[in-house]
Amino acid sequence: MARPHGMVIIGGGIAASRAANALRDGGWNGPITLVSDEMHVPYDRPPLSKSFVTDAPARAPYLTDIAALAAIDVNFISANAATRIDPKASTVWLSDGQSLPYEKLLIATGAQPRRLTLPGSESARVHYLRTIEDSLAISGQLKAGAHMIVIGGGFIGLEIACSARNLGARVTVIEGLPRILSRGVPHEIAQVVASRHRQEGVALHCNAKITHLVESDDAINVTLADGQTITGDLVVAGIGAQPATDLASNAGLAIENGIRVDSYLQTSDPDIFAAGDCVSFPLAAYENTRVRLESWRNAQDQGVVAAANMLGKQQAYEAIPWFWSDQYDLSLQIVGLRGAQDRSIRRDLGNDAFILFHLDPAGRLTGASGIGVGNAVARDIRLTEMLIAKGAKPPDEVLADGKASLKALLRQPG
Amino acid sequence: MPWISACEADEIDAEDVMRFDHDGHTYALYRSPDDKYYATDGLCTHEQVHLCDGLVMDNIIECPKHNGRFDYTTGAPKGAPVCVALKTYNVKVEAGMVMIEIA
Repeated sequence: MARPHGMVIIGGGIAASRAANALRDGGWNGPITLVSDEMHVPYDRPPLSKSFVTDAPARAPYLTDIAALAAIDVNFISANAATRIDPKASTVWLSDGQSLPYEKLLIATGAQPRRLTLPGSESARVHYLRTIEDSLAISGQLKAGAHMIVIGGGFIGLEIACSARNLGARVTVIEGLPRILSRGVPHEIAQVVASRHRQEGVALHCNAKITHLVESDDAINVTLADGQTITGDLVVAGIGAQPATDLASNAGLAIENGIRVDSYLQTSDPDIFAAGDCVSFPLAAYENTRVRLESWRNAQDQGVVAAANMLGKQQAYEAIPWFWSDQYDLSLQIVGLRGAQDRSIRRDLGNDAFILFHLDPAGRLTGASGIGVGNAVARDIRLTEMLIAKGAKPPDEVLADGKASLKALLRQPG
Repeated sequence: MPWISACEADEIDAEDVMRFDHDGHTYALYRSPDDKYYATDGLCTHEQVHLCDGLVMDNIIECPKHNGRFDYTTGAPKGAPVCVALKTYNVKVEAGMVMIEIA
């Protein structure tokens, strides 16, 4: 049967990239068009706050290249934003005026950094971090002795703080809440991260409200509510991200803290799928709690599952949320979804590495958060993920004993 | 090719992995659930992460960072994001020692 249209993917990150490959691997022989508003082939974003900054000039973390895309016959359109989707006409319009009819469409537009709205925040010395260009603009100023002011003690801010210290820059981090990493990271682990940053010479101000920013000839001044003014060469704001949903909402697709998709990653239009940071989806392992994740693995895996479902395979996305952050030689990993009523059990793994398991009032394992040097917590966190998927109610004493095998627990019947 | 003594056979648990460094190179040694020994390069072919921190399930080693999977008995990649095979090495057990043939 002739297939006049084809598959169209909008996005320039890992979800879009994996989807293109998965469509081919899944047996799709028709046209695939990948549209990105960026001038790059799809790339990995985690290195943009880490190795791409510290190892400059480093090769950009491209996930593929033009030759590899051509080899799987993907029509790649770069530096050309999708501006409108017409679901009735099954067509996407691009900023250069061309239109792309589609059989199935994948929206993988990711998220956009939330922007400061403070007086003075329009200064060119204020940076955000999402793209290769953002990363280059920041690293270009991170000379030894430069002073970077980070607004927001979240993952992006703390990772770029670490990279800047590694380059010999001075760093001040300003957090409005009483502690860093208050969203999603237990207090005990955030404390480890905070004291490490202080040891590395980062000035950390929590509970600090900023009133305004003022740019001068060669500096930017950040004034706090207590009257203190901090002078730096640049500001990097990491105050969260918002899902890139304009295209979807203008097309009339349902939006609910992101593009609303079902467990098949299908939007409210049956021919349109969405994946990655831009979607909210039901978590099967947590009574279908609707979440939106900003996570590398989620984006990768959703790209693959969305592609399967674009091919009609009816594959449910049944992941457990998983996230990591690397700072200095520490790596933090978080799995699952911790409930407000959950209690925690600590497991020490030696060399100061530890994991906090989270259990709901019924004793069911809901999540775990761990930190340690290198990948010290990785294996147990991965096993925790499998235990959560199994609905396990592990005994406290096994969880608390760093020598007791979680793998054995996983293999217990029931 | 020289055979190098890497560790005692019972230093590795069944269905587990251990790091072995020799002459500036990192290897990963495995003991399968059916008590056979294997060796591969120690770093993931995707982003050079040490596989010894990864999880072994049956004959699969999973990278601790990006969950790329390999069959450690053959080195074959078994799931995104890895697509390049791991180099494998011959292994034998002699007098209770795991020996690896360094290429």
